[in-house]
Amino acid sequence: MGRQVLENLSNFWPETVLTITVCVAIVANLIFRKNAKLISYISLAGVLTAGFLVTRQIGMSQSVFSGMAAVDPFAVFFKLLIATTSVVIILFSMYSAEVQATFKRAGEYYSLLAALTLGMFLMAGATNLLMMVLAMELTSLSSYILAGYTKEAPDSSEASLKYIIYGALSSGLMLYGISIIFGLTGATDVYGVNRALVSGQTSYIALLVASILIIAGFGYKISAVPFHFWTPDVYEGAPVTITAFLSVASKAAGFAMMIRFFFMTLTVGAPLSDGTWLALQGFEWNKILAILSVLTMTLGNLVAVWQNNLKRLLAYSSIAHAGYMLMGVVVLSDKGLAAVLIYFVVYLFMNLGAFYVVMLVANKTGSEDIDSYKGMGYRSPLIGVAMVIFFISLTGLPPTAGFIGKLFLFVALLDAKWIWLAVVGAINSVVSLYYYVRVLRNMFLRDPEGDAGLIRFSPGQVIILLVLLIPTLLFGIYYAPIVEFANASVLMFRIQ
Amino acid sequence: MELHVLGVGVLTWLTFLPIIGMVAVLVLPKNNPAAVKWTAAVATFLQLVLAAILFVMFNKSMAGINDAASMQFVERFKWIDIQSQSWFGRIQIEYFMGIDGLSGPMVLLTALISFIAVFASWNIEKALKGYMAMLLLLDTGMMGVFVSLDFFLFYVFWEVMLLPMYFLIGVWGGPRREYAAIKFFLYTLLGSVLMLLAMIALYFSVAITDPATGEKIHTFNMLAMMNPANFEPGSLLYGFGTYWRYLAYIALFIGFAIKVPIFPFHTWLPDAHVEAPTAISVILAGVLLKMGTYGLLRVSYPMFPEIATATAWYLALLAFINIVYGALCAMAQKDFKKLIAYSSISHMGIVLLGMAALNTQGMLGAVFQMFNHGTITAMLFLIVGVIYDRAHTRDLDAFGGLALTMPKYTGIMTVAFFAALGLPGLSGFISEAFAFLGAFQVDKLRIITIASTLGIVLTAAYMLWTLQRVFLGQPNEKWAKLPDINPVETFTLVPLAVIVLVLGIYPSFMLDMMTTSLNHLVDFVSRGGAAVAMIP
Repeated sequence: MGRQVLENLSNFWPETVLTITVCVAIVANLIFRKNAKLISYISLAGVLTAGFLVTRQIGMSQSVFSGMAAVDPFAVFFKLLIATTSVVIILFSMYSAEVQATFKRAGEYYSLLAALTLGMFLMAGATNLLMMVLAMELTSLSSYILAGYTKEAPDSSEASLKYIIYGALSSGLMLYGISIIFGLTGATDVYGVNRALVSGQTSYIALLVASILIIAGFGYKISAVPFHFWTPDVYEGAPVTITAFLSVASKAAGFAMMIRFFFMTLTVGAPLSDGTWLALQGFEWNKILAILSVLTMTLGNLVAVWQNNLKRLLAYSSIAHAGYMLMGVVVLSDKGLAAVLIYFVVYLFMNLGAFYVVMLVANKTGSEDIDSYKGMGYRSPLIGVAMVIFFISLTGLPPTAGFIGKLFLFVALLDAKWIWLAVVGAINSVVSLYYYVRVLRNMFLRDPEGDAGLIRFSPGQVIILLVLLIPTLLFGIYYAPIVEFANASVLMFRIQ
Repeated sequence: MELHVLGVGVLTWLTFLPIIGMVAVLVLPKNNPAAVKWTAAVATFLQLVLAAILFVMFNKSMAGINDAASMQFVERFKWIDIQSQSWFGRIQIEYFMGIDGLSGPMVLLTALISFIAVFASWNIEKALKGYMAMLLLLDTGMMGVFVSLDFFLFYVFWEVMLLPMYFLIGVWGGPRREYAAIKFFLYTLLGSVLMLLAMIALYFSVAITDPATGEKIHTFNMLAMMNPANFEPGSLLYGFGTYWRYLAYIALFIGFAIKVPIFPFHTWLPDAHVEAPTAISVILAGVLLKMGTYGLLRVSYPMFPEIATATAWYLALLAFINIVYGALCAMAQKDFKKLIAYSSISHMGIVLLGMAALNTQGMLGAVFQMFNHGTITAMLFLIVGVIYDRAHTRDLDAFGGLALTMPKYTGIMTVAFFAALGLPGLSGFISEAFAFLGAFQVDKLRIITIASTLGIVLTAAYMLWTLQRVFLGQPNEKWAKLPDINPVETFTLVPLAVIVLVLGIYPSFMLDMMTTSLNHLVDFVSRGGAAVAMIP
């Protein structure tokens, strides 16, 4: 028994390192009260180490802690994604005026960031329903506090409170759904649930109700319509760094968990040789997700058109992107999954990039209004060009990475003959162009108002910008590596 | 036929020279406008020289179209090669470029118009560096579209054009530039996402065998997509004249029709033209509109021959609407530039009519008309630009008797106007005559063709009426002191006028380049069209 635990622990190094990081960051803050830099470096080192340890797990496929979690290519992929985001966010935070203003509480900030990362790591690998709930709660609790981190700003507190209320409600619903599943199958690990569902006769209605309740939980995490109501307020109120983190990593973790839950429990065994999965007989839950996907992207895009605050606009745009990614889940195939993974890699760079620009501009102008971007392209050509590339990529135009993300989603959809969904997705990206271009219009087509001096940035800030900008362009022209990596990462551990 | 310059293929040079120019422009200091202009001029001039060399070296007896062996100046490299999975075949995307008699004239046109556009932009002062950079990026996009033989590459270049065009209209345009720019952007993007879906459907339906490993690979190679034998049985677009094939054809058609523009997708055009600065109008009318018809001929026709044949009558009907409706709208305009914009719609209709005929004359007329419309309309927009720069108005009724104050200008203008209305001896006549001749031969299209000739009468009417209002009659005192055209303007107009004249007298310069390829295209499409007739 003891030996088994030790063996399992050896596959749990990344999580262990993150836990240690959380503790060290707290203690360090007590000792070096005024040294926010040190604490940020500690958390950076911790996350980097965890990320490095994850790379050691590439190619592994096994279950740990008696079916609580899996270390498989799928989990590794998402852990790498989350670790990368986390590193980038810590770097952002070092340059963020908002976070710097509260340097006395830096320990709180960075340790929670590490805890958030830990929660997301667990979400990516969880294979037991209880583990899923616990991981999600760890993530949620950390993000509630971080969303309200700038206590001085009223909308930050408001954001935090709204977040808690919605979060509590949806985790309650999800927990209820899980309890129904447990009642139906008598198992909490996904494999046991699946075995019971495939072999036995289950009440269709009960399963439907349970799935919808569980979708409420996932839908909240990935901000899918109609569980998205918290998103705009939280994204607007929270510090930009946290907004950026939530928009990428939290969404990724939510998707990872959702995909694993649906594909491991509500399908008939392993995928066929052509990579398509069969939904549980008589229960085509992917059609529910298809409706959700259409609602999510359409509402996200249509509402984004009316926004005047750029953070809020990006919040709705991130809702729309969740809708696009859901399309990849709907098709129930490895191609679809690979497309989602590819999309996430691309989304990481372009979305973080867009938020980073928002942060840099807010640092200088103190405003996130789209109107304050008038003439920004002339005040800082670098920011202007960067924003053009990030937004073009978010729209999905070549030669940027965003196009590749969209391309593979459409490829998966057309291959599975989901033509109508592909058409809806395509038309949605035309709508999205309109609001992205509105920002670009202010940046280049309008003249600056009031204080319109040139804006300059430090070399460090420029380097971070380039680190996000270059992949956004490069992956649009040469994307074979990310596609191959994603193709190899769709493999989820399952009991033979 | 191959040609390398410094070890790099000539088509790559043609496509990416403007990008090199763009980088050079961007690193130049801001306070030296002359250097920026001349850098752009040199980049486009070198491009034009290369295009001219291609024209001279072009082998007129090679067909191309669906045959890789007879494509010329081919460059072919693996670009993206993704290992196959059990559930996902190998993905291969090539950097595949080449030209034939269909794309050759367009390459020449693009290089010519881009070069002239740089000089037509000589007066730009606002953010000149950005302007030239965008213009050169646009040039790369346009050239890339015409030389690409891989659908993926084609699509990338197709989309690369959108952004510079948006900024060129939006930043340097007229009073309603923001509206015009976003309208152009949204319309074109709508068309291209539909095209993207059709492209993916084609990709899935076509598989070729890798000669080395025997693996089946899905490919974006356009030539492979043209061969019916490559369509996998059971795939989405397998067979002839199926429901899915019609759907894919329509998606592609809308994508291209928005670019041409074909009625009822034309509403972005007058706005974009009126607001765009002169040089951008020249590029828009001279090259961008041709991409729509080029796409139809390069993609839709050979990949869906049976549908192209079956829907020829409808295309002719749309052509008729374009010709007559465009001409009527042009006649109603008071704005000089809007008039020319609508005349473009009318003239592009003639291209469509020639295409619908699906015979050699019609097709020759169509492609030749694409080239001629490019040169003639470019002249017309330059002419409008000249007068707008001086008088700051484009109201047709505000002028009169300009022939007295600006004799040189009037002389060149006359060439352009008469070429546009199809006067024999000028290039427009030849292509229009061929297009109508071709369409008239087809029994089904005869009535439409006869009705379409009405468009010629209308064109003559509004062109002559405009000429009368602006250049003849009582001179308006207000404009008595307008200077005649300056050397830069002359330099932009004269080469085009010479081309229009020469091709009017000796069209074989251009026609010889196209004949073999277009004959082959007609033959290929009609055989494909016949295949569907054999299906019981």
